[in-house]
Amino acid sequence: METFIGQPVKRREDDRFLKGAGKYTDDIKLPGMTHSAFVRSPYAHARILSIDTSKAKTAEGVVAIYTAEDGCGAFGVPCGWQVDFKNGETMREPQHPLLAKDKIRHVGEAVAIVIAETQELARDAAELVQVSYEGLPAVTCPKKAMEPGAPKVHDEWEDNASFDWCIGNDRAAVEAALEKAHHVTEMTYKNHRVAPNAIEPRSYIADYDVNGDKWTLYTSTQNPHLIRLLLCAFALGIPEHKVRVVSYDVGGGFGSKIYHYTEEALLTWASKEIGRPVKWTSDRTEAFLTDAHGRDHIVHSKMGFDKDGKIVAHLTDEYCAMGAYLSTFAPAVPTYLHGTLFQGVYTTPLIHLNVVAPFTHTVAVDAYRGAGRPEATYLLERIMSKAAKEMAIDPAELRFKNFIPPFDGVKEPGYQTQVALQYDSGNYEAVLKRGLEMLGYEDFRMDQAEARKNGKLLGVGISTYIEGCGIAPSAVVGALGARAGLYEVGHVRVQPTGKVSVFTGAHSHGQGHETVFAQFVADKLGISMDDVDIVHGDTDQVAFGMGTYGSRSLSVGGSAIIKSIDKILEKGAKIAAHKLEAAEEDLEYAEGKWKVKGTDKSISFGDVSLTAYVPHDYPEGLEPGLDFSSFYDPTNFTYPFGTHIAVVEVCADTGKVTLQRFVACDDVGNVMNPMIVDGQIHGGVVQGVGQALLEEVVFDGEGQMATGSYMDYAMPRADDVPMIETDRTTTPCPHNPLGVKGAGEAGAIGSTPAVVNAVVDALSHLGVTDIQMPVTPQRVWKAMQSKK
Amino acid sequence: MIPAKFEYKRASSVSEAISMLGEHGMDAKLVSGGHSLVPAMKLRMSRPEVLIDIKRIPGLDIITEEGNEIVIGANCTHTQVMRSELVQKDVNIVYQAVSRIGDIQIRNRGTIGGSLAHADPSSDYPAVVLACDAKIEVEGGNGKRSIDAKDFFLGIFTTALEEDEIITAVRFPKVANGTYFKFYQSASRFAVVGVAAVKEGDHVKVGVTGVAGTPYRATAVENAYSGNGDAAEHAVDGIDDIMSDHFADEEYRAHLAKVMVRKALEAVN
Ligand SMILES: Cc1cc2nc3c(=O)[nH]c(=O)nc-3n(C[C@H](O)[C@H](O)[C@H](O)COP(=O)(O)OP(=O)(O)OC[C@H]3O[C@@H](n4cnc5c(N)ncnc54)[C@H](O)[C@@H]3O)c2cc1C
Repeated sequence: METFIGQPVKRREDDRFLKGAGKYTDDIKLPGMTHSAFVRSPYAHARILSIDTSKAKTAEGVVAIYTAEDGCGAFGVPCGWQVDFKNGETMREPQHPLLAKDKIRHVGEAVAIVIAETQELARDAAELVQVSYEGLPAVTCPKKAMEPGAPKVHDEWEDNASFDWCIGNDRAAVEAALEKAHHVTEMTYKNHRVAPNAIEPRSYIADYDVNGDKWTLYTSTQNPHLIRLLLCAFALGIPEHKVRVVSYDVGGGFGSKIYHYTEEALLTWASKEIGRPVKWTSDRTEAFLTDAHGRDHIVHSKMGFDKDGKIVAHLTDEYCAMGAYLSTFAPAVPTYLHGTLFQGVYTTPLIHLNVVAPFTHTVAVDAYRGAGRPEATYLLERIMSKAAKEMAIDPAELRFKNFIPPFDGVKEPGYQTQVALQYDSGNYEAVLKRGLEMLGYEDFRMDQAEARKNGKLLGVGISTYIEGCGIAPSAVVGALGARAGLYEVGHVRVQPTGKVSVFTGAHSHGQGHETVFAQFVADKLGISMDDVDIVHGDTDQVAFGMGTYGSRSLSVGGSAIIKSIDKILEKGAKIAAHKLEAAEEDLEYAEGKWKVKGTDKSISFGDVSLTAYVPHDYPEGLEPGLDFSSFYDPTNFTYPFGTHIAVVEVCADTGKVTLQRFVACDDVGNVMNPMIVDGQIHGGVVQGVGQALLEEVVFDGEGQMATGSYMDYAMPRADDVPMIETDRTTTPCPHNPLGVKGAGEAGAIGSTPAVVNAVVDALSHLGVTDIQMPVTPQRVWKAMQSKK
Repeated sequence: MIPAKFEYKRASSVSEAISMLGEHGMDAKLVSGGHSLVPAMKLRMSRPEVLIDIKRIPGLDIITEEGNEIVIGANCTHTQVMRSELVQKDVNIVYQAVSRIGDIQIRNRGTIGGSLAHADPSSDYPAVVLACDAKIEVEGGNGKRSIDAKDFFLGIFTTALEEDEIITAVRFPKVANGTYFKFYQSASRFAVVGVAAVKEGDHVKVGVTGVAGTPYRATAVENAYSGNGDAAEHAVDGIDDIMSDHFADEEYRAHLAKVMVRKALEAVN
């Protein structure tokens, strides 16, 4: 019988995607639907002196125009995570209004919404809204935001800090260890701001139905139930059972579509006001200006080593931008998703991280593919390679010296870090060994020496990362400030004919759940994949769920489905035993049949299903039906890890970096579909390479974004990357039923420092020790010039 | 990304287009491939009330050999120019430049006439027409004229075209030894620096785009040229409006200009 787990099954959803038959929010057209456009601030910081909508209101096709004065002014979108000051002061949490009231706090902040019969007319009328502003000085850099006299984002507090926070060992102890260290490597740099750039821009339709007083919100979100919860309970105060949130196909998110955005709440409110559906779809420039960004940390770090190259202590101070308002998960990103990974894959005995998180006159910063872990990995892996150079130790060797020894989490216990978490299982030496082997590391070093003689600049960069996925045990995150639980729901409904509908609270926006989930469901039930359908993205169909981010879908969402399958098999066995007139203990389930052990008596899954729904000859006292829903709350995070190695050539004349090879050996635990895992790694690596070499959100002194379109924001293209060479080791996760760790973000986490390490390595003989990302030709050339 | 309202008209001849231009004046814009104009209209930075589509005017999309010249019709797309055997054989420098414009979609739509009329300071064609001493053939209310490339570009997005004039063709003298070097901006892939060099006897002619607000002939390089790459040091002599952005500030752009000129000079040697 055909089995599917571990097979490179082609993605079922690609059929409709490749034919242009996907159903994205913007594809939906409802009867009577209106369209909207926003009037957005051209200033980063300004006082609104007046708003005149009179001319716009009389424009052709206008249905309604609202400003903060018009009833929606009381509402705001909430933040979902609270991180308090280390002195106990509560996190400073400004109201995030649906439309700006008196003040503007970032370019692109919405001042008014114009609703009209067509999108064109809405745009035309929006241009007629006259807003007069008094421009004020703005601050976009998180470090400058904390300098005395910096322009304040929110006037109610004495400075721009939203919170400050620390994790790890006592700071004094870490400082003392650094004092005594044989060698200390120091780094100051910016992990710069990037824009997520999902291919589908955000799109919403709110549809209020007077009959039944119900709303439907179609939204391009990564987590429909969470949006419903935030919208109902926090943003608008409307009854949750009256709201249906639907997100059919979503064209990528990378984090940016986790959050509850002001436009979603405003459209929902406005639809009831006008009694008609309202649509809004962001354009690309609006996406740059209003989608939550990623990264934006200013980092100062010291790592101390003993004379054998063993790490003795690590101390880091960071300024991490929050943006103008706190986005849904923003406070968690530079703290609990970041500091908790400072152990890396090393035995560092003493660690301390301090984070100051200021407001800035920019759009919010929140989780972007990897969320806090790429920033942690970048720091650890850059500083390890820099230290290796300074101590004249091979960078691979320095890593081998410091690795946490292998542990499987079953026979050997999990590894307790200095920064709160306990790793599940790991074998960090194995992935580096394999990575070096794939590359041919020693041969490369010889080629490099040879190339240098001819003036050719070749470099190799290593990164050995770990990350935390499968977010997360609810009690743990609750203690850390999360305002939600992070379990998942898996509902398996066996239809009378034995066909299976699986309802998952996870949400696919490119990941391939419809394929992967069906693979393991089919295997566990011993049926064909064609008999399994995966349903997601509709709160009226799926009981509940927390959505997809943090590489959680398979490890948390998949586990919830497994729990329901177990219940189905358990109940099915009772029915089978009754039909076969055998004891339950004498049955075994394989290949879609319950069999009486040692006989040829059996009953198929389909017959049991039918019996469950046509219970004429049925076990006494047993409920009819074969339909179970389960909540799965994980007992720990999962910890994928791996080694990424980049080889670059730098053009000595222009400073242009060419990525020649990229080797990735990842360990994501058990693999359900190797093709999809490879795809996730490829995509993640390219995003990480994008940050390393190309992508950067640039603000000018007034807080204007200089990179608001693809003419100025450089995305990686196919010809910017070589074929990515992948391999895997497999260290199963010991605490979830499938033994999976998660693969959605690993590529973006491991790759960035590998590339930058390679560039620095290529120039190291010239005396270059560091280059600010993105490593543009200009920056490389200037770094070379500075050493002349 | 939705443009302001406009009226669309299609011209079926050059004279009809000229009279439409005369009728609507400043309110009208010609459109050919639309790949410079439409993006600006979507952002509402350009908002013509009337669009006059010239793309289907017969005879403006052909490439011919006329004695010692190759004449490229204004409506020829970059792809068409790239694929032309005449171009590849007799003005290979044009082929080299055009094959590096944007990507396939851009090359399938964008035209030589639109590119020159638009005069984007980072576009590729200007360097080539300058180095080749090409002539830009135009027709307007006052009849036909031919503008020397060196007189055509007046500034950022500014040319010697009169309001009612249309480019009909570009006339390139055949080039035996020419080359184009481009260092592209990583987001848009326009030129940060583009250098065209044509060698005739002992002399070299060098056109530079991307560096200054106006593309220029690097006369200081041409004068200092002595058969090797050293004259490249003069690539930005006398240029006082070197452009600057987050990809390349003035210092780096000037450096790149020298690097690209050096490569071009070495290639035509
Ligand atoms: C993403 C992108 C990347 C690009 N990359 C490059 C690049 O790397 N290098 C490069 O050089 N270019 C690049 N371009 C520009 C591209 O080559 C344009 O298509 C070209 O510059 C303009 O040609 P068009 O026919 O599309 O002009 P249109 O957009 O139709 O017109 C442009 C302007 O010229 C006027 N015009 C058009 N035809 C005539 C005529 N015959 N007579 C008088 N005026 C006329 C129009 O009125 C308008 O003002 C890029 C464009 C895009 C969108």
